[in-house]
Amino acid sequence: MPSSTTTMLGRNFKHTLRNPVAVFNAILFPIVLLLMFVYVIGGAFDIPGNYIDYATPGMLILTICYGLSATALSVNTDMTKGIINRFKVMDISRSAVLSAHVAASMLRTVIALAAVTGVALAFGFRSPGSFTDWLGAIGLLVLVAFATTWITVALGLAAKTPESAGMITVPLVMLPFLSSAIVPAETMAPGVRQFAEYQPFTPIIETLRGLLIGEPSGSKALVAASWCVGIALVGYVWSLSTFKKRA
Amino acid sequence: MPCQGRVRAVAGRAANLVHMTSSAITASGLRKAYKDKVVLDGIDLDVPTGTIFSLLGPNGAGKTTAVNVLTTLMTADAGTIRVAGHDVATDTKAVRAAIGVTGQFAAVDDLLSGRENLQLIADLKRLRPAESKQIVTDLLERFDLTESAQKLASTYSGGMRRKLDLAMTLVGKPSIIFLDEPTTGLDPRSRRTMWEIIRQLVADGVTIFLTTQYLEEADRLADKIAVLDGGKIVAQGTPAELKRQIPGSHVRLRFATDLDLDTAARILTDATRDDEDDLVLRAPSDGSAKSVRDLLTQLDTNSLDVEEFSVHTPDLDDVFLALTGKTNTKVSA
Repeated sequence: MPSSTTTMLGRNFKHTLRNPVAVFNAILFPIVLLLMFVYVIGGAFDIPGNYIDYATPGMLILTICYGLSATALSVNTDMTKGIINRFKVMDISRSAVLSAHVAASMLRTVIALAAVTGVALAFGFRSPGSFTDWLGAIGLLVLVAFATTWITVALGLAAKTPESAGMITVPLVMLPFLSSAIVPAETMAPGVRQFAEYQPFTPIIETLRGLLIGEPSGSKALVAASWCVGIALVGYVWSLSTFKKRA
Repeated sequence: MPCQGRVRAVAGRAANLVHMTSSAITASGLRKAYKDKVVLDGIDLDVPTGTIFSLLGPNGAGKTTAVNVLTTLMTADAGTIRVAGHDVATDTKAVRAAIGVTGQFAAVDDLLSGRENLQLIADLKRLRPAESKQIVTDLLERFDLTESAQKLASTYSGGMRRKLDLAMTLVGKPSIIFLDEPTTGLDPRSRRTMWEIIRQLVADGVTIFLTTQYLEEADRLADKIAVLDGGKIVAQGTPAELKRQIPGSHVRLRFATDLDLDTAARILTDATRDDEDDLVLRAPSDGSAKSVRDLLTQLDTNSLDVEEFSVHTPDLDDVFLALTGKTNTKVSA
């Protein structure tokens, strides 16, 4: 007999399998962006070394963020299409629905990350990082996915309609562009530059890049991890309170 | 003496059992407000086990709020509610385990097939795999959904979605079922199918709490009706009791000429002229064969010819119109 959470997880997996276009889209868009920046635009940037080595960490973070709109949409559909009321009047754990959404979303993200990493490797991305550096990089990616997913679940719960829920993750997709994902923050105009330096994605991407080039930085990693834990916590608390309020 | 104590305990349990079997749902002094808008203003309900209770009211009367509070979706501001013998506020889990709810909008998962929807609920109710497979197959059969069992619920028609929705509610055999406007938006045929299903459930001993804005539906199905208006129960009773509260059972007589009408009006002293048709008289009558025969004999002995004749008994529409919209007039059956 499965628990409510695993039953719900099975439901979310089925949803994902029934909607392969969303998964495909979540993989395709970051790959197109990666190739565009590496082969079309990236040549104009004055960045030492291979540009694909610089851009890949940022693209991985972008992959996480881009996949989230599907999560917001599916959380919101549950809330607005009435099925949530059926779950709520049953004798099952309240958090099962949300945990299942988070788990399914993270699974989609891991698949997309693996696909984008594979393509990056195929197009010349090389990482001199050690095995432990890679483990650290994977750990950080999972942590980022976990934190941003909880924030997305909260946003999806708060949105009034599925249409607005689909749009609500646009800032999350835009933020990596305004970080050091594509070019170093020092090259940006004043104002944007300060924003880029202090927003959470810059330390996260810098840490990831450090790990992948085999030069991990402990202090940056601490800042990145703190951001992730903070975002996850806010997302979790916000999700639960919104979930309770919406009948 | 231990023996005496045992007897008392058994007697106590028996009394408890009697209490549980007599009322499926009780509410007293139920109040609920959203900010400063009072939606339910002190409601008392008592639904005997194995009966159909219908909460009737115009749009916005508070029917759905009442269902939400009774089914643990919302907490009441004041009042006590017991459902299936459990207090809704303190024993929420036990209440949830005993009830099934079908809301106004079909709560089905569009991305799952009909069978998968039912299986999902069976899994959430922790039924054993062999048992749940049987139940799912039976329910699909019973609701005539076997052919579409493998299709996604998003491809279902409105009537099929409602049926699937109700089938999902029945997984795990709840003893009390709440149906919030179960037939709103259904075609007459599907509505009749739904009525049949509801009657069958009650025959199996299930208690039904039904809200509806269709008076015909309440009239046909309900053992007891409560009319909700402006957050208060303005009338409660069997459909017959409610209809009796409305004066206006009469015989309508249409005459060929003014002369006949005048003559008839002189004979039938308590008859009144119709406002809309000046050849029509309305004679008060309880509609029974005897009183109608007496009335016709009276006209016959005076050689009066009646052109058109009909017995009019008030239906729930009359009751509804008379009772709602005037929240200050409280009638009790």
